[in-house]
Amino acid sequence: MNSGLIFGLTGIAVFAIGLFGALVMVEPLRRVLALKLCSVGAGFLLVVGAWQAPPDMPDPVPHALVITGIVVMISATAVALALIRRLHSLERASDE
Amino acid sequence: MNDLPTLDWPTAVVFAPLAGAILAFAWPRRAAGIGLASVLLTTAAVAALALRVLAEGAVVTRLGNWGAPLGIDLRADGLSTLLLAMTAGVGLFVSLGALDSYAPARADERTRRYFWPLWLLLLTGLNGAFLSTDVFNLYVMLEVIALAAVGLTVLGGGREAVRAGLEYMYASILGALLFLMGVGFVYLELGRLDFAGLIAAEPAPALTAALALMIAGLLLKTALFPLHFWLPGAHANATAPASALLSGLVVKVSLYIFLRLTQYMPLPDELLVTLMGTLGAGAILWGGIQALRAERLKLLVAWSTVVQIGLIFVAFARAGQVGLAESWKAAALLILAHAVAKAAMFLSAGRIKDEVGHDRIQDLDRSPIRPTLAQFTFALAAISLIGLPPSLGFAGKWVLMEGAMAAGYWHWVGITMIGTLLSVAYFSRVLAGFLRFDRLRTPVAEHQGWALADTAPLVLALAALSLGLVAAPILAFMEIGYPFGATP
Repeated sequence: MNSGLIFGLTGIAVFAIGLFGALVMVEPLRRVLALKLCSVGAGFLLVVGAWQAPPDMPDPVPHALVITGIVVMISATAVALALIRRLHSLERASDE
Repeated sequence: MNDLPTLDWPTAVVFAPLAGAILAFAWPRRAAGIGLASVLLTTAAVAALALRVLAEGAVVTRLGNWGAPLGIDLRADGLSTLLLAMTAGVGLFVSLGALDSYAPARADERTRRYFWPLWLLLLTGLNGAFLSTDVFNLYVMLEVIALAAVGLTVLGGGREAVRAGLEYMYASILGALLFLMGVGFVYLELGRLDFAGLIAAEPAPALTAALALMIAGLLLKTALFPLHFWLPGAHANATAPASALLSGLVVKVSLYIFLRLTQYMPLPDELLVTLMGTLGAGAILWGGIQALRAERLKLLVAWSTVVQIGLIFVAFARAGQVGLAESWKAAALLILAHAVAKAAMFLSAGRIKDEVGHDRIQDLDRSPIRPTLAQFTFALAAISLIGLPPSLGFAGKWVLMEGAMAAGYWHWVGITMIGTLLSVAYFSRVLAGFLRFDRLRTPVAEHQGWALADTAPLVLALAALSLGLVAAPILAFMEIGYPFGATP
């Protein structure tokens, strides 16, 4: 079992934990965090795939993809958090 | 072709709405004007592109002259262009209707301010996805579409809308991440992400896993039964023009990507094709029953979207694995039919709700106000969704059943018939309410019709009805550029 495989399986495991959380959690914030975990797992897998035995440089393409993915996920998280806050304030307003 | 970078139509189709979105966001007072101008510009660019595709075949643009596999290529073939035209046509009329629906007297400041940037961003994502030639680009476009679509869902700002929007957000992001995981698998296996690489690839376990992940993500995003849980709430609680865009256009992107991918990476087993059809059949039955039970008009229309998505998957599976090379055409025809008719139906349902003041189906026949034009539009759209001739819905179902019969798959014919009967039943609940005057105690009030918000859906409904007459040229156009060939 080489290190690449271990890292790759770790990425898949992190993704799976996030997937489980996103499907099972009820609390809105926890579900957002679970989705973040999914994206970390997917990104991790790509970064692992980029590694090449020295002296070869790592493949830059997956790195570029992961950076794009991070940017996308930041925006998505921001929107989700804004929606959660909005929902909270609407619910508080209707309770009063 | 010369070496100078010239403004070409595929690029214009993506960047015209993007520029409009930024301008409309930066200049909210002029948002409606900028928005409409940008939509018109995009429509013109799509028309020019369609003419070129018709004359020359598939059009390819290599952004920045990088070229595949590293650069981003935009490719417009018959199927892409058809879906671009569908988006442009539906988008244009929804925009015209929105001008009226979101007029200062009818909508609050925030709705008017944010509708146009969000819709133009959505249009950017839709057009980008239809022109993409690599799976990572598709992932990015899916996320752009998801963010804009969630924004449109919560535009009304009510508690139900925000709750449904959040649910939609979770489903949408999860779908996109499943897709991303599949993209990762593809890169690790092949070292490239473009469609040509997928076509050339030998079957491998990693690619099968990638396909499974990507399809799971797409099914969640397109709301195929039993992953449809987020759709009825999101589509029923959005404001009418937003609902029309969400139901008419947004769910079609994942369907389109599904059709593309399954041609490039064929499903490895007949059983999986049958599974897709079976899930579609589940959607037709479950969605039909829920539509029969729905108490509100917009919820009924949203459930009918679940049914139609199911029908498109039945069309995909109609002739099994050997028939896949032809079945995508039936699916694409139904995608087109549903987009036009459902946009018309959601817009008219929104008009009915606005005029009557509520959308409880049971009480529709007691209203002293009769928005006759919107009701007429609703009925015309229902004709296409039920699939009566000469509508586009009829043409789509005809092609579906023809293929199923030729392959001897009578169960798909049966489920289509059952779905048709169910749709007659649930639409009749609404249409009967439009026609019964006897339960009204007070005189019928005057209704101001012929507003832009009434005319736009009427045009769409008439288009859905009459496009069936040109189904043969549409089918021929779809095949231009041999849609499922590699990038030349």
